[in-house]
Amino acid sequence: MKQTPFTKKHLELGAKMAEFAGYNMPISYSGINEEHQAVRKNAGVFDVSHMGEFILKGPKALDLIQRVTTNDASRLKNNQAQYSCFTNEQGGIIDDLIIYCIEENSAYMIVVNAANIDKDWKWLNDHNTEGVETHNISDKTALLAIQGPNATGILQPLTETDILNLKYYTFEKGRFAGVDNVLISATGYTGAGGVEIYFEDRDGAADKIWDAIFAEGAPKGLKPIGLAARDTLRLEMGYCLYGNDLNDTTSPLEAGLGWITKFTKEFTAGDLLKKQKEAGVERKLVGFELQDKGIPRNGYAICDEQGNGIGTVTSGTQAPSLGKAIGLGYVQSGFAAFETPVFIKVREKLLKAKVVKLPFA
Amino acid sequence: MEYWVPLLIFVLKNIVMSYPETLRYTKDHEWISLDGDIATIGITDFAQRELGDIVYVEVETIGTSLKAGDVFGTVEAVKTVSDLFLPVDGEVTELNEALGNAPELVNTDPYGEGWMIRMKVANPADVAALLDAAAYEALVG
Repeated sequence: MKQTPFTKKHLELGAKMAEFAGYNMPISYSGINEEHQAVRKNAGVFDVSHMGEFILKGPKALDLIQRVTTNDASRLKNNQAQYSCFTNEQGGIIDDLIIYCIEENSAYMIVVNAANIDKDWKWLNDHNTEGVETHNISDKTALLAIQGPNATGILQPLTETDILNLKYYTFEKGRFAGVDNVLISATGYTGAGGVEIYFEDRDGAADKIWDAIFAEGAPKGLKPIGLAARDTLRLEMGYCLYGNDLNDTTSPLEAGLGWITKFTKEFTAGDLLKKQKEAGVERKLVGFELQDKGIPRNGYAICDEQGNGIGTVTSGTQAPSLGKAIGLGYVQSGFAAFETPVFIKVREKLLKAKVVKLPFA
Repeated sequence: MEYWVPLLIFVLKNIVMSYPETLRYTKDHEWISLDGDIATIGITDFAQRELGDIVYVEVETIGTSLKAGDVFGTVEAVKTVSDLFLPVDGEVTELNEALGNAPELVNTDPYGEGWMIRMKVANPADVAALLDAAAYEALVG
């Protein structure tokens, strides 16, 4: 099992640990609900160093990105980031990702899901026909997400970069807690605001940054947060999780990611997806909330009133901030409108639910 | 799939868990205490920690005679769901109604206020044959 630069910190804190994507990761510390609320109401720190980072350099870097991703990266200016995805020849999603424009037309970073690093790296390089310089810096890159309404306020004393006013999906490189060359990005997976910071773990940088963040934040209630609360936080926002809500067989249009699928350029399966858009998709990813008592889980059937299967739950949980059970799942398009009654099959019982808009409220 | 459930490897060395000597335990992580032929049943400290924050306990077998190992209910936590198994033969007689409004009692007081059901045990000697505290601790240690 791989370690992150912070594994020792998690063990010292008594975190419940589990393997995730080959890494020994913290699942929770004090408890999911408490950690979830800490992020929604104040601030929390996630170690997400397992995520993958690729650097692409050279005059053809943008061209390669444009060909393998669905969003239009030519619109990115320096210090802007963009949510996008890799599609396969069938129009399925290889991975969802974020592209960072470090230097327009010549240097980009792509951040991918940990479980897909090898698959993505191969896909990218198999399509690299024009000699773009590519580097997989995943193993040496540390990544912390500091999220919550008070996150940037807590961190501001640690850097001269103006993070309080950093715009959503933009980033700066700067000195942070005495460590140079830290990429500070106003992104996240919680909907609670905050930043993510990327840096190379050398000369004790990871320990230095972790300790500085908690020295500054602990008196203000900053807490370490595990992957379990990361999942409930993202699900309340309706953000997709690769492996659950997205996979190699789901298209971005089915997944509600039409907004990052731009037909103004050519990309893998672009024509196929354009036709799918014109014809209309047969199934759609929707959010739903339960009206009966129960909790939807990945793999449960979604049914109509008569109990006929019309779809499958891809993510589900009791939402800690909302006090109700929520989920995402694919349903036949005829059942995708808001307020449509649907039923979730939980242990042979049909529990009443309804399709709702995202984010959950 | 709940992606970490099959992969749970807990590091518990920094956490002190308790297994009262007066109780008997099952390999399915239930505890049982016997008073005459009436037993009280709950889940262990290990189990509540494994499940995380508990959302509710569902028992629809009250008044039903079941065999040891039969499912008598389910426990839903934020991140996962688990069946509850009857430790010995008998009839489920009572659900802890307090869990309806306060399911977190299972997390905060698994051997006390967080008990789950009472049952009439068919053969009280079956209880003595279950794991004692030391044997259970060895199992989860």
